[in-house]
Amino acid sequence: MELLAFGDTGWGDELFRATLMTIAVSITAMLIGFSFAAIFTPLKLSKFKSLNLIANIYTTVIRGVPELLVIYLFFFGGSGAIMFVASMFGYNEYIEINAFVTGSFAIGIISGAYSTEVFRGAIQSIDKGQFEAAKVLGFNKFKQFFKIILPQMLRLAIPNLSNVWQITLKDTSLISVTGLVEIMRQSYIAAGSTRDPLFFYSFAAVLYLLLTFLSMKLINKLEVKYSRGY
Amino acid sequence: MISSFPKLLNAAVITLKLLSVSLIVGLFIGLLFAILRLNKNIFINKFAYGYSYVFRGTPLLVQIFIIYFGLGQIEYLRSTFLWVILKEPYWCAIIAFALNTGAYTSEILRSAFQTIKPGIIEAGQSLGISNKIIFYKIQIPIAIRQSLPAYGNEIILMMKGTSLASTVTLMDLTGVAKYIISTTFKPIEVFIVAGGIYLFMTFIIHNVIKFLEKKYSFN
Repeated sequence: MELLAFGDTGWGDELFRATLMTIAVSITAMLIGFSFAAIFTPLKLSKFKSLNLIANIYTTVIRGVPELLVIYLFFFGGSGAIMFVASMFGYNEYIEINAFVTGSFAIGIISGAYSTEVFRGAIQSIDKGQFEAAKVLGFNKFKQFFKIILPQMLRLAIPNLSNVWQITLKDTSLISVTGLVEIMRQSYIAAGSTRDPLFFYSFAAVLYLLLTFLSMKLINKLEVKYSRGY
Repeated sequence: MISSFPKLLNAAVITLKLLSVSLIVGLFIGLLFAILRLNKNIFINKFAYGYSYVFRGTPLLVQIFIIYFGLGQIEYLRSTFLWVILKEPYWCAIIAFALNTGAYTSEILRSAFQTIKPGIIEAGQSLGISNKIIFYKIQIPIAIRQSLPAYGNEIILMMKGTSLASTVTLMDLTGVAKYIISTTFKPIEVFIVAGGIYLFMTFIIHNVIKFLEKKYSFN
């Protein structure tokens, strides 16, 4: 227990901050993923074959390639790409991107591919009559989507989105390879300096279990809220 | 880009080896725990549920680190024959992968067992077939067929999971890709080649599963 004390003697406060960091990265990545899904879901459902192809390449590549490889691409290639763009504007200094930004972007792109599939499935399983009814009632496209399609889509998507959230949460542990101090990295540091890896990695496992458990409770509440009337 | 291809291809063999061994072991673990989950004894039942909950609720990276770095810390283990296995990163990775995929497989098989129509089992009973043979010759084959699509996804997820072997010094496809990236500073080219090999393997697995699904479909 001494190992987990708060303050200078133990690792309690460090691990607590690391847990907050894991939560922050997961939420950021999830939101980045949603914005990717907002772009690629319409492409997937589009009438144009070429737009479908773009979205399919995105989801197939991301879901078929290991997360770690994507993270390495961003970690080693991210600052290079940004420096290349900056050099076109005449800025030639070295630019280093923050590990938080690289990490949440890499995980966000991965999570976005899964979210895209979830949203596509949810929209496709909405009854066709709903779209037609909205049209007949004279709703414009904007209102059609926000007032009729979106609420129904959310109800269908939430159970699957909770899986995406779990995957995203667990994927953040991989960002530790870039040096961002989240649960895994902090446990690695603590294990190295106390020579007690068994304790710290097991504790990390407990923290992750706690996070998945608590977030499932929360998501279940949301699920109940959105399925009122069914 | 082309010069790195043979190296990466060699590394892909290690990835496939890790994948196939852990899948075979994981399938047995999964089957065992799926059967335990269906047991009426509440302790056995809860034990199997706890196993799958813990392994599905924590990242694979934590599991590998506990087995590779953590277990070596126990003095007692170092004196037993287990140490021969546990000091090798290769076997540690396989143990972690097998336990992880075993947890997911047990869930897949459990839900497959539960969706078997009771009428099929009753039909077997009324034909006078013993319960043991009903289980092995009727329930298991149907469950395997039912779980093929989900299991195909699990194989692909596991293939991606083997990339974590690179964190415990194994030079699998991702490990070699990272090494080449950090020595040549050509992340995009290496990503395209290594990612292409992974995608090719995904493609093959996907089609084999699809073929099996078709072959063993009911109609």
